Amino acid sequence: MTLKTITLTVNDLVETVDVPQNMTLLQMIREKLSLTGTKNGCAAGECGACTVLMNGEPVNSCMVLAAECEGANIVTVEGLAKAGKLSTLQDTIIEAGGVQCGFCTPGMLISATALLKRNPNPTDSEIRSAIVGNLCRCTGYVRIVDAIKMAAK
Amino acid sequence: MANAKSKEQVVNPIGASFTRNDVYEKVTGSAVYADDIQFGNKLLYARAKRSPYPHALIKKIDISKAEALPGVKVVVTGKDFPNRIGLYLQDKTIFATDRVRFIGEPVAAVAAISEEVAMKAVELIEVEYEELEAVFDAEFGASDKAPLIHPDLDKYVCPNFIFPKAGTNIANHFKIRKGDVSSAWDKCAYVVERSFKIPHIQHVPIETHIAIAQMDEKGKVTVWASSQSPFAQRNLIAHALHISQSDLRVIAPLVGGGFGSKAGVTMEAIPVALATKCKGWPVKFLLTREEEFYTNFVRQGLTIHVKVGCDKEGNLLALKNMMYWDGGASTEYGTNVTRAGGYSSSGPYDIPNVETDSICVYTNHPIGGAYRGFGMSELHTGLDQAIDELAEKAGVDKVTFLKKNGVAEGDVLVTGMIMHKNGIQECIDNVAKSLKMNEKEKPSSPDRLRGKGIAAMWKAPAMPPNPGSSAWVEMSEDGNVTVGLGGQEIGQGTFTVMAQMAAAALGVPYEKVRIAGPVDTQYSPYEWQTVASRLTWSMGNAVVLAAKDARRQILETVAEAWKESTDDLDIINGVVVSYKSERETSLENIVIYGMPKENNEGWTGGPIVGRGSFMPKYVTNLDAETGQGPRAVVHYTVGCEGLDIEIDKNTGTIYVLKGAASFDVGKAINPALVKAQVEGGFAQGLSSAMFEEIKLVKGVMTNPSFVDYRIATAPDMDFPLDTPFVEVPQDDGPWGARGVGEHPMVPTIAALGNAIYDATGIRLTNPPYSAEKIYLAMLDKGLVK
Repeated sequence: MTLKTITLTVNDLVETVDVPQNMTLLQMIREKLSLTGTKNGCAAGECGACTVLMNGEPVNSCMVLAAECEGANIVTVEGLAKAGKLSTLQDTIIEAGGVQCGFCTPGMLISATALLKRNPNPTDSEIRSAIVGNLCRCTGYVRIVDAIKMAAK
Repeated sequence: MANAKSKEQVVNPIGASFTRNDVYEKVTGSAVYADDIQFGNKLLYARAKRSPYPHALIKKIDISKAEALPGVKVVVTGKDFPNRIGLYLQDKTIFATDRVRFIGEPVAAVAAISEEVAMKAVELIEVEYEELEAVFDAEFGASDKAPLIHPDLDKYVCPNFIFPKAGTNIANHFKIRKGDVSSAWDKCAYVVERSFKIPHIQHVPIETHIAIAQMDEKGKVTVWASSQSPFAQRNLIAHALHISQSDLRVIAPLVGGGFGSKAGVTMEAIPVALATKCKGWPVKFLLTREEEFYTNFVRQGLTIHVKVGCDKEGNLLALKNMMYWDGGASTEYGTNVTRAGGYSSSGPYDIPNVETDSICVYTNHPIGGAYRGFGMSELHTGLDQAIDELAEKAGVDKVTFLKKNGVAEGDVLVTGMIMHKNGIQECIDNVAKSLKMNEKEKPSSPDRLRGKGIAAMWKAPAMPPNPGSSAWVEMSEDGNVTVGLGGQEIGQGTFTVMAQMAAAALGVPYEKVRIAGPVDTQYSPYEWQTVASRLTWSMGNAVVLAAKDARRQILETVAEAWKESTDDLDIINGVVVSYKSERETSLENIVIYGMPKENNEGWTGGPIVGRGSFMPKYVTNLDAETGQGPRAVVHYTVGCEGLDIEIDKNTGTIYVLKGAASFDVGKAINPALVKAQVEGGFAQGLSSAMFEEIKLVKGVMTNPSFVDYRIATAPDMDFPLDTPFVEVPQDDGPWGARGVGEHPMVPTIAALGNAIYDATGIRLTNPPYSAEKIYLAMLDKGLVK
């Protein structure tokens, strides 16, 4: 398999990585950069566990080829806390009790972060639409939605 | 003394909604799940060769081409691993040996240097089959016309409470004969008879199954697995591979959702089998989402025929249940699901005459295993809808009917066991009040129909009579406490609840208690399995005993040093105080170094290590013919749920206006975590009620993806959910607590079915109650044109 060398920014750090042409962004993040916070739930773009920000937009990183990410700006769950301080959403999801097994949490936080950036005061149904692609089997979404509402305030 | 630490205001750890102790790792991405562990460049990747046939004889397997593929390290087949394993009925081998019994059954496996090479190698394995007639229906499978799926059933090992019938496909036949049902029908003023078919569904943890195994050069095996059962896996895999339990170490990091699917042993044995053939190399096996849907445990299907009758006033008099469970190709776990469905077959109702036949049938479908509250959602889906119909027939309003028949302290249950004190009346009242069940309310538009439904439930921990728990408590120089335990954190919050209990039993603040994780069978104390909603109660008891043991050691140390009696000492807020001398000492240092005795007489104490062990000892076996015995189970958790819904006449779509759920948890150790369990369970129950079904056509699952197998998303749950809990204490529970993890998804299908009936007058027997099914039924009934 031919390798392609790409340079991109991940969580504010510039990285140069050799990636096989068929490697996904998810695989690159987890295997090449050892950022294992981003989860693999289906490898088919259906569960949202692997959601990361790519140039500010949430994407299923299992559906993006790493080789296409030259120059991209990627934010993963590890990049949400800044200077030793959790982000507002990380704080509110703890406070609301929106975490159980935690496997959907990284993708959920990324989708919600993107939502609040483009719409700081979302309605209840806008919140639910924004995370429709992030499946959670534990919580019934009750406290996740609460957390996003709390962060919007 | 005025500013003494012991007098500081402190939160009682019991009944406080503390933040989970695993949450910071989970929101920052640093939490470690099995697939996050790094193994370096020796890591091998496993893939399985699976059966394409539902039922066939294996004539020949040729692995030579696969073995010759560059990058392939090892290929294994069933011939090297002939030992049968199983949690209850030992009817399974790691790989199919002489025949395959379902589509997706592993027949061989490969370990290679990459996923790609492993997948290519799997394709190069050649298997010759001779197809056999298959069984796709449990009732047919139980008949003498059906081909045999396990001709060797008579040779399988099982405990003495499972009753397989050799020469048939019946893996277990559990019977209840209480009172005299046949003569009771004459005394009934009203009788309802209904049949329901509950489909197979999948647990759908967002983290698929994963296990990594490595055998060292001396033959010791380490397994890292996403697991609800590290100790059961140690035992069963060691048995299958003829190695000693202490040479098999299972390390179980955080679990990304279990719901029963990661209990017992399923795919974990495959990488272990491979690892035994390539010593020194770690082998990783991660299921794809498609494999997760049908090659591992599923919730087995059920066909249930219910006949239930009451007198003129609505008192239940008789119940007859005929249950055929579609157990699938192996019923190693499913036989106990059937048993649970049988001994709880009256539901939470006092019924003097009950006859139940709960029959577990082998079919050529995916393997039925434990699924959150196993047997109970399926049973209650039929029973509580039949009872809803009976109440209406009898002209008794539904809430009154449930309350009138609700099981009470002292009632003789279907097994002969005497019921304990419980809060079912309060649970029903809570739901009825929350949803204004006595008011018929108008729909929001002429295009919609509105209805309300209610259903009660019960469930006992379904397990062998003697599942054990154990725990230890250690302390560090700073006076902080570490609790060792073997139950798993699968999202329910058990590590948090155990820390709360240890804190309360010791007399230290909650923040001072840590849990020794991940669970590792090499040093964690034994725990049977993280199943059955048993940890709060069983592991909780062990943790409390360990903490009390540590407390006793601390008080004895201080008493000796101060020449006082332990009766005059206490530990409050992490400080030892004497009520007699009013002296105080913090726990710091003394819990490691002990204390000097007065007058230079040497030292007392030393490192504190508390130990606790708990096992129920009073559960008895039940008679094989009647299901009668003094005590079938440890206890029951009871509860009730209801739904207020609207149905769009143009599409059949259900809009939930409000949900309510109330369970008697004995004591809510952490109320926020209790509510979170109820919310999540309700959502999972509603998802199964509206959307979920493993669609099986001649043994093929036709919808193995999230596109075709829909689970509830955030917009589906857009309604208020009221979750008041009830606390009637359990006599042998820590602070009266009993489990509630599984229960919230048990009555949801029935509650929705009853609400649909209230809205439309249509009784939809077979879930899921999809928009399409509802619309077609309304069309059929002339409600819409």
